[in-house]
Order: sequence, then structure tokens, then C-alpha cells
Amino acid sequence: MSNQQLLRQGVAAIARDLAAKKVSSRELTDDYLAAIEASDLNAYISVDADGARAAADKADADRLTGSPAHLLGVPIAHKDIFCTANTATTCASRMLEGFVPPYSATVVERLQAAGVVSLGKANMDEFAMGSSNENSAYGAAKNPWDTTRAPGGSSGGSAALVAAGLAAAATGTDTGGSIRQPAAFCGVSGIKPTYGRVSRWGMIAFASSLDQGGVLAPSVEDCAWLLSAMAGFDAKDSTSADVPALPDFAEEGLPPLRDGLRIGLPREYLTGIQGTVMATAFDEARRLLESAGAEFVDVSLTNTAAAIPAYYVISGAEASTNLSRYDGVRFGHRASDAIDLADLYCRSRSEGFGAEVKRRILTGTYALSVGYYDAYYVKAQKIRRLIQEDFLKAFEGVDLIMAPTTPGPAFRLGELSQDPVAMYQQDVFTVPASLAGLPAMSIPCGFDAGLPLGLQFIGPHFDEASVLSAGHAFQQRTDFHQQLPGATP
Amino acid sequence: MSDSIDIAHLSKLAQLALEPTEAEHAQADLMRIIDMVDAMQAVDTNAVAPLSNPLDASARLRPDVVTEDDNREANQASAPLTADGLYLVPRVVE
Repeated sequence: MSNQQLLRQGVAAIARDLAAKKVSSRELTDDYLAAIEASDLNAYISVDADGARAAADKADADRLTGSPAHLLGVPIAHKDIFCTANTATTCASRMLEGFVPPYSATVVERLQAAGVVSLGKANMDEFAMGSSNENSAYGAAKNPWDTTRAPGGSSGGSAALVAAGLAAAATGTDTGGSIRQPAAFCGVSGIKPTYGRVSRWGMIAFASSLDQGGVLAPSVEDCAWLLSAMAGFDAKDSTSADVPALPDFAEEGLPPLRDGLRIGLPREYLTGIQGTVMATAFDEARRLLESAGAEFVDVSLTNTAAAIPAYYVISGAEASTNLSRYDGVRFGHRASDAIDLADLYCRSRSEGFGAEVKRRILTGTYALSVGYYDAYYVKAQKIRRLIQEDFLKAFEGVDLIMAPTTPGPAFRLGELSQDPVAMYQQDVFTVPASLAGLPAMSIPCGFDAGLPLGLQFIGPHFDEASVLSAGHAFQQRTDFHQQLPGATP
Repeated sequence: MSDSIDIAHLSKLAQLALEPTEAEHAQADLMRIIDMVDAMQAVDTNAVAPLSNPLDASARLRPDVVTEDDNREANQASAPLTADGLYLVPRVVE
């Protein structure tokens, strides 16, 4: 096995090697740090080599004393949207340059408690606003399959570094597709759980009614292992769902594909990809699952076309509200020589935020302003309910929905960056599940001219188990997720 | 509706100071975004209740007791300008 293959074999395989003492966490961590050092993908914003080595040494010591933790010593990366105590957290914005949080996100704490080693912070679109990673104040991460192409966004660094074997897995967040779209573009697996499943405490806010933490890794099994460790009720997040916890998938394994599982194929999504390589790959995936015992049914999600407009109103409105906290006073960038308080606010924000963040804030401010509130903000929330009702109605007849994750493979860096509206349309297949708060997972399902393609399973609220089970069943019968990018990382 | 975007007013509401060319671009982009968003108006939403939380939940309240210690020093470590434990702002009262 080459070094790249070793580093790309995934969380579950690495954990088994660690448990069998074939390799130590320190050795693995040093290998990942060397691979990161040699990489020019710009997938990390910061690397904490000393912290990672110390955590790896501790994991190795804990193993000697018999710790049974499944994830003990597995090196991962955190999207730079998660606060990490005493380690810089930038959200890929100039606004948070030099910001060192005094506490860690619940996700970070829980994974740390599970023994995971954090290598560093992954690149992303500024404040998670973007579909290409080009909005990062630190420059775009590159797609390891073709470095002239976007890794997707906003969790683009997370997806790129997992694909290139620069960590065993990475955390991500998904507001309108920010885990699934980059997972699809980089040929990795990525799950956005049900809204409320993973705590938002310490996860820098973009659109609070949509933001949800999740994970990207080579396989569905890897994602499941990490999700069990990071999910669960958290009193510190007032929107955290107090529901029965997920099983410990590392302990129990993933449930097999239920015989006669009914999977819905949304008509409105499939007409969007007719005649493409994506359509062929999708059809082959359907046939494969059919032969594994699944049953496919056509479903209709009639309000799909209104999802993008509603999403950009709601997420913009929530972003404009959330980002009002950046005032140059308590943390973040502060303009020098302000003449008065208003000048301090305006100039700090204008200097600190990038162009896309300003666009979203202005869109949200417009939608919330006097005279437009009902026509835009309330209208969008009503459409949000219709979109959710479409899904709930579909789930009366099917267990899961299967759809393409994106219309096609990764686009070129720079191809859409001058056209915000065209960029927004990239989220057409991912935004509806986000609006409805449903769990959804993208997995690799084929290639178009050497570039990965992804399909997604969308499940009913809190039924991550069925989503993961279907994805796992697919990966047991295919090897798309095991293909390695040719471009040397 | 999009021909009525007053970018100067909006940027004031959003506490952003845009340079003239930046404002021009922002206005053009915003007009296109609002045109795109206007597709919503074609959907009949009569008698539909707005959905603000995907689980239709409202924020959970907690008992009104102190749960945090005084972490002023740690919390102010990333503040751009403080003195004696206070955040400094430009003079607001002459």
C-alpha cells in the first residue's frame, strides 16, 4: 500500500490498525503532517503540529492503559468554523484574523473526548458563504482531482483534504449544501444530519435555522463512526433536539439494507440532469440498489424550483442578523482612527468582510427592511413550509429519497466567481433538504471525464440510520469511494 | 420591485461603508439577486403558515440560574482594545 493509500484508507480502517497496534497515533500524525507540509492544495488555514503530536502521544499512552475508545488516536481536521480553545479560529475571514476563542465547540469537545487528534483547521468559504471555496480570505483550496477546479464549498478545504489523504476525516457544516456539494466534487462521503442533531454551540453562526454540523470522510462507515461521537443533545444549544441518541455505529456496525426498502426518485431533480453523464451514473446506481433489494418509486417535490429563491432570502436575512455582532468592539477586526462609534462599526465591517459576505448581508437587509419584510422574508418562510410538506408527503410512501447531489462535476476555479446568481444555482439539489431540516448524505457514484460525481440520500427527520445504511450498502457493492485522485497532493 | 434598490440606504442599515465602485457593483448584483428571488412570487402561499424552524420548535428556555463563571480575562483576550477590563469605543458623549 502506498503512503497516500494508507492515509486515505478511512477512519474505520485506521482505527482498526491503531487498535491492532500496527501503527501508533504518533506515527500516523507525523505522516499526515508531512503530507500536509508537502501539499499545495491550500486545504488547511492553520496546522497545529505541536498540539497534534501531543494529542497523539496522549492517545498512544491511553491505549497502553487499555482505553477501549474506537476513535482513539485517529487524526482529523476541523473546519475553521468550529471554535477551538486557544487555537486561532478565522471562519476564513479577515474579520476574525487573530481571534483565539476562549472555549471549544461542543463538536470539538466531544471528538476530543473520544480520543480524536486534531491536525488543524480546514479552509472554507468566508463565514461558510459560497459553493467554491473562492470566498476564503486565505485563497481557495484546490480540488485534488484537478487543481484548476473548485473543491466545492463551503466545506471545500475539508473535502479536499479528505480526498487527498491529509487527514482521516474532517468536520464540516452544511447550511444549503456545504457538506454534500464539496463531498461530491472531491469524491468523498459527507453527511449533513437532521437539523438539531449536532450541537451548534461554538460553531460560528451563518444562518441559524439552517446551519448543521456534520462530517466528511472516505466512506459512509467512517462518517457514521464520527457522527455517533459528535452528535447528541446539548443544553448549550437552544435548538439542539432532545431526541434518542444515535447508536454507536463503531460498536454496533451499520444496519444492512432493509429488503424492500422504498426509495423515491424526485421527478423535478431528474429532469434537471437529463442526457448528462450524471444521469447515466445515477441510473446505474439505481439499478445496483434495485438488485440489492431496494424498490424505486417516482415522487414529486413540486415546489423545488422555489427553493433557491427562498433559501437565499432566509439565509441572507439570518446572516445579516447574525453578522451584526461584528462591530469592531468585542472581538474581530477593528478599523483604526474611527471618528465616532458609527464610523467604527461601518469601517470595521467594511474592511473585515469580503465581497460575498457583504452581498449576503445586503440581500438579507433588503429582505428584512420595512415594506419588503412580508413580500420577501415571510413569503420565503411560507415557501419553506411548502417545501417541507412536499418531503413529508413523499415520506408517507417511501423510506428514503435518492437524488443527484449536484448537476455535474466540479467547475473550474474562476468559472462562476463573477456571477453570484449562477453560483447560487449550483445548490439547486442540496438546498431543499436543508430548508426542510432533513438528514442528507452525498456519496461518490461515478466519474465524468475523471472528475467525481455524487448522489445523495435524503431521509425523514432523525432517520440518519436509514440514510447511512443505504449509503453503506452502495459502497459495499462499488469502489468509487476508494478511488484516489491522480494529482499528487 | 428591484428597480427601487437604494444601495446607500441599505448599506447604512447594514452598517457597511461601501466605496463608490463597490456600491455600484453591489447594487447591480443585488438587483440580479432580487430578480432571481422574485420567482417566489409565482408560488401561491395563501393560507400557508410561515416555517421559521425546520422542526417547528421554539427555543427551549432554561432555569434562570448562573451557569458561567467570570471569564472576563479569557473572553477579552481577543478584544481589539480594552482597559481595566472594559471595552473601549470612540467617545460617544462629549
